[in-house]
This record gives sequence, structure tokens and C-alpha cells, in this order.
Amino acid sequence: MIDFEIPKPIAQISTLVQTVAENMMRPVARHFDEYEHEIPWDYIEFMHNATRAMGTSSSMAPEEKKEEGGEKRPPIAFQRLVTMVEILSWGDAGIYLCTPGGMLGAAAVAAAGTPEQKQRFLNRFKGEKPVFDAMAMTEAGAGSDTSAIRATAVLDKATNEWVLNGEKIFVTAGHKALIDTDGFIVVWASIDPSAGREGMRSFVVEAGSPGCTVEKMEHKLGIRASDTVTIVLRDCRIPFGNILGSPEVERRDTKGFKGAMTTFNTTRPIVAAQAIGIARATLEFTKEKLAEAGVTIRYGVPRQKLTAVEKDIIDMETMLRASWLLILEAVWMADNRKGKPMVASASKLKAGDVVNKITQKAVEILGPLGYSREFLLEKWFRDAKIVDIYEGTGQINRLIVAREILGYSGSMLR
Amino acid sequence: MYSFEPSEEQQMLVDVVTRYATNDLRPVARDADEGEDFSEAVIEKGWELGVLQASIPEAYGGFGERSAVTGVLALEEMAWGDVAGTMAVMAPALFALPILLAGSEDQKKTYLLPVIEAEWQPYTAALIEYFYDFDPNDLRTVASEDGDFYVINGEKVNVPFAKDAKAMIVYAKLDGKTQGFIIPDGTEGVQVGERHKLLGIHALPNYPVKFEKVRVPKKNRLGEAAGHDFTHILDALRVAVAAMAVGLSKAAFEYSRDYAKEREVFGVKVAQKQAIAFMLAEMATEIEGIRLLAWEAAWMLDKGKEEASKTAYLALNGAMDMAMMVSDRAVQILGGHGYIREHPVEKWMRDGRGFANFTGLAIV
Repeated sequence: MIDFEIPKPIAQISTLVQTVAENMMRPVARHFDEYEHEIPWDYIEFMHNATRAMGTSSSMAPEEKKEEGGEKRPPIAFQRLVTMVEILSWGDAGIYLCTPGGMLGAAAVAAAGTPEQKQRFLNRFKGEKPVFDAMAMTEAGAGSDTSAIRATAVLDKATNEWVLNGEKIFVTAGHKALIDTDGFIVVWASIDPSAGREGMRSFVVEAGSPGCTVEKMEHKLGIRASDTVTIVLRDCRIPFGNILGSPEVERRDTKGFKGAMTTFNTTRPIVAAQAIGIARATLEFTKEKLAEAGVTIRYGVPRQKLTAVEKDIIDMETMLRASWLLILEAVWMADNRKGKPMVASASKLKAGDVVNKITQKAVEILGPLGYSREFLLEKWFRDAKIVDIYEGTGQINRLIVAREILGYSGSMLR
Repeated sequence: MYSFEPSEEQQMLVDVVTRYATNDLRPVARDADEGEDFSEAVIEKGWELGVLQASIPEAYGGFGERSAVTGVLALEEMAWGDVAGTMAVMAPALFALPILLAGSEDQKKTYLLPVIEAEWQPYTAALIEYFYDFDPNDLRTVASEDGDFYVINGEKVNVPFAKDAKAMIVYAKLDGKTQGFIIPDGTEGVQVGERHKLLGIHALPNYPVKFEKVRVPKKNRLGEAAGHDFTHILDALRVAVAAMAVGLSKAAFEYSRDYAKEREVFGVKVAQKQAIAFMLAEMATEIEGIRLLAWEAAWMLDKGKEEASKTAYLALNGAMDMAMMVSDRAVQILGGHGYIREHPVEKWMRDGRGFANFTGLAIV
């Protein structure tokens, strides 16, 4: 039965998260934008303790609690997660990225790891101290085209260790994962460069691994509270058991690569949810400022009678809602184990479009107020752009949607 | 609890409507457009699917209850077949559903049975007026009190089947608010003009209707003395138009997608060019987003949510742009062939432009 009622547990947690966003993020959002690379420890500690106290998970690899006895409830873990991400990003998109706990790295472990690996790598998020993870995929010569990755992993049979070499750029929260806390990163590398995609594997590199260094912190357009770093692997040694997926290369079988790609069915809607948070913040602020100036939006009136500003606002609300519903549909599918790349990528490309349209138009509408650093709007305009870039650019996601609807392989639609 | 799955019952209805849209409407849509008419047999067959009958309770001759969500699902599928055909089949709903939604008990008992328990008959409603800034909440047609009567003056346009209509609802401004009035066949002062020709939906016969000092007994006002809240009717009209826009857009998207997979260009299929593939990806994304928004609006109507009106408005706002974007691109993807009337895409483009003007021509 088609139903848009927000599930009760999600409504409850939303109220709590909204309080955090209002009180712990908004007041310091400007500060952590102006002082790039300062770490919002108050927020980090608070979120860590709150998560521990509630026994809930803010992880991107949510665990479904099994109900003892009673009826089996429909799974809502990813639905809950996108709701939280949306609200935290409403608070501040940069500080949200400093939320401790399992993020993209944990999602990869959850998707491709063995039960033993999950135990080993994911339990650290439940400890006394906050811990971060990160995903190290992009290289100078391999952005959206992940099959061009040059990093290598060679098995040293004498010590039963993987030896990793390569340089990874644009690693979100890499500094926090490896230097500031006792976390890990998930590194993409080839175990057989001659095998192309079939040779690609992901590896867990824990903080303190010899030969793994953090070498550069980027200065960015937005989301400045979040660190983005270069990580260099020079004969970096990690245990054999840190490989996610099979250590064997099966020719003409891209299962390993595709398996890792299924994590995108959940991570893309989650990143899309960040866009919605920023866009909602923008829309609310814009309407508030317009209301202060005596402008009310006349919903229900035919377009021909609307002012240009009213039409802009109404269009923004329309695209914002449609975009959010696409995300909900994508995670509802993922929760029910029928995630589809088409819907996941569609939700991401739409959200990337929408947040940029909304923030760019809002800065324009509010004129000198929009352009001023007195307000956060100009910051949201800058923060918004990242959502159309990371976790697959808008163009990559268009490519994926196109392949899905056309029934084309990568070689048929390049 | 979120869910994006129709119930089994809804799915059964959707399947039946899909079959009708595929086997009956779509094959005759071009000829109907050129000939500006549907055969009675096609309309009657669509009527017998029971989409409207399923929204009317047994007490009034139907076999279900009104659900905007079910209506949206059905209209989406039927409009995939043809928009004018959908409007023709569902025209009696323009008369019946407002009575169900806003009528008094007496009105429901009097007027619904003859519509529902019979074969398809021309029942209709008159809302649209011939002004660029036509606004359902600010009508030029007015009603004023005169003893036991209301006197209605004004002109309407785009009234489907007005010429042969057994009865219609006319909307007029009374004390600053839009109210509906039941007008039986043969009421004095109602003048139906020459058939009005439009850019699209050629197969739907529609007429201008002039109301000159038309005296309507007070008991013919929807809801009688107490009147009614027009908002509920307007919301249902808007959601219906949004749903049809989704159906048409799906049709145009699928057709241009399939064409692009066949058409060779520079040694590959044209769909293998990113310029075309990206257009298709955006069309599919937009359709799915607006589809969900129309579903949510309908769900809010069914639940009586406070945000229902606004969401219905937003859904239509998005739907009219989506339909124009998708149908325009469908023509573009076919290139010169898209401009030729051998293919249906030019028709979808003409029909697609209409969603900005269709409020009043279908209801869920």
C-alpha cells in the first residue's frame, strides 16, 4: 500500500537530531568555515556520546535490530539514516562530514566484508573514543573512471601481508581517520594491473599502518570543516585478512568490482540527502527573509498571476520535494533488499541539480543579502557544489541511469 | 511507514487499465486525433473498466470508495494510452466526484445512481474561462441570490461533451468564493456554442458555454444551503492533471528511447551518443520524481493532510514543466521524423503543452 507517513521511530529521532543541528551546528557553522582545518571537537564528542548513550547507529552501515518474538517490522535503517543526514546537513554540511562513526569506509566493509571482518573493523566505532573512517578511491589520474586506478597491492607470501603502493587524493576525513583518531581507510588498489577491473579490490588500511602517510590537506570552495587529504602508500604493509572480497582474480568476471559498486545503491542516496538538507536550509532562510520584507508566497495561484520571485520559490519547493521523494524511494528499495542503480543514481543526479539550482537562485533573489558573508546563504551556495561532484558527478550518474534505461553495458555507452 | 508499492487491488486495476491503454486507446489515438472523435465503443469499453465506479460507495451505485491514490494510478496508465481518450472516458467523473466530495446526502442519492449504474453517458463540468489569467479561485462567472434561486451569469470554455450533456456542474463565484452548481439538461439560459478547437487533445469534443441569467434552484448548489469547500475539488482536479502528465511523459519517453536504440548514426545507435543518452536519463529521472510527488499529493488528499492542497499545487506545477520538457525532447530525439505526423511524438508535444491548461478536464 502506497504510504508517505514518516515512520514513528524516524519521526522521534528527527526531533532529537533537529535539536543538535540547531544548537550545535548552526551557531558554529561560520566559524569552522572561516577557520578551515580546525576540528569541531565539541560536536564530534557530543555525537559520539549521544550515539553511544542511545545505542543507535549513525553509521552508513546500519545494523538492523532483530526483534525478539513479536512481529517482524519492515526494515527502515537506510530510511532513518537519510533522514538524519538530511537534518544534519541542514545544520551544516561541513560539520556533518565530521560526524564520527562508520561512513563510506564502513559501508564498503558492510557490503563486501566477511562476518569476521565486520566484527574486526566495525566494532571500533562503538568504543569510548570517537573514530572516523574514509574511502580512498580517487587518484590524480582516476576520478570518475575508477577502472583507471594505478595503486597496487602485492601479496608478500613470506609475511602473509599485502604491500600497497600508490597515491590517493581527495580523501574525505582521511586526516581524522588516520591521524586524529584510531580509525581506518578503505583503499582501492589492483592485485593484478593486467586484469583491469577484474583485478580491482578494496583494502582496509588501519591508522598506524607502516608506510601510510597523510601528505596534503586541500583548501576548498566549501565544506571547509571537513578535511580532504592526499594519502601516500609507500610499501604500506597490512595483514592478509584486510582485503575485502576474494584475493583471487577471476578473468572475465567483474563480480568483485560490481559487488563494490552495489554499495552505491545506498551511498548515493545518502549523499543526495546532504543536498536536500542544504537546499531546505536555503529555502527556509530565503522565505524568512522575504517574509521580513513583506513578501508572502501565494500558493495555489496560477503562474500567470505570480511574481517572478513567487514562481522561483514555488519551483524550488517543487523540485526539492520531488528530489527528496526519489531519495526515499531509493532507500526504501535498499532497505527491502531491492536496491536499483537506476533509482539510486537518479536520486543523486537530481539532488545535485536541485541543490545547486536552489542555492544559486536564492543568492540571486536575496541580492546583497544573498552575497553577504553576514549570512550562511553564500556558504550554502559553496557547500552545495560538492554534492554534484563527489560520490559520482552528475554526469557519471546520468551515464549510469542512461545505461540502466537503455539496457546498455559500459562498452556500449561510454 | 513509507511504501512505494500499490496494494494488490490497486495493482489489479492498474493492470486492467494498462491493457485497455495498450490494446484499445493507443492503437486508435492517432486516428481519433485526426478525426477529432473517439468511437462510442472505445469510450464505453474504457468506462466498463470501472475506474469511476470503484470510487463510488455501494449506496450510490458504485462498488468501492474514493481513493485519490487509486485514481492517480489509473489515470497515469490510461493517459499513457491517450490523454484525450482518458478525458473522454472519465468525463462523467467531472460530474460525479464533486457531488460525492461536496454534495449533500440528497444530491448524492439523486444524481449519482443514474450516472454510475448505466453505460457511459455525457456528464461534464464547466470550470475554465477564456482569459489568459484564468484562476479557479477567482472566477468571472458569478452566482447571485434571488429568493429560492441562484442566478448565474458568465461564459465558460473547454466544456467536454457540453452539447449532449445530460447534466453538468458549473463553477461560479458566490460571495467571493468558487461554488459548484448542478445544471440539468435543458436549463433555460444555458447556450452551448460551436465546438472549440485546440492545439492538442483534438479527439475530445469540447464547447464554450454561455450562462445568461440562468436560474438554479438553491438545492442545486453543491452542499445545498451550507455550500462547500471548493479546495477539495480543486485539489482533486490538479492531482488528476498531474497524473495524466506523468502517463503522457512515460509514453513519450519510452517511444523516443526505443527509437534511439534503433536509429543508426555514424555507425552506432543514436542512443549510444551521450548527448541523447543524457537527455533520456534526465527525462526518466524527472518523470519518476514528479510521479512520486503526484502520488504523495493524492495520498495526502486521501488522508486529509493539511499540506494536501499545497502539495497538489506543487505536483501540478512540476508536472506541467515535466510534460513539456519530456515531450519536447521526445520530438527532438526523433529529429525530422519527430515532426512528422506518422510518429506520435508531435501529438504528445501538443497534448503535453496542455497540462498548464487542463485543470478542470479530469478529476480523481
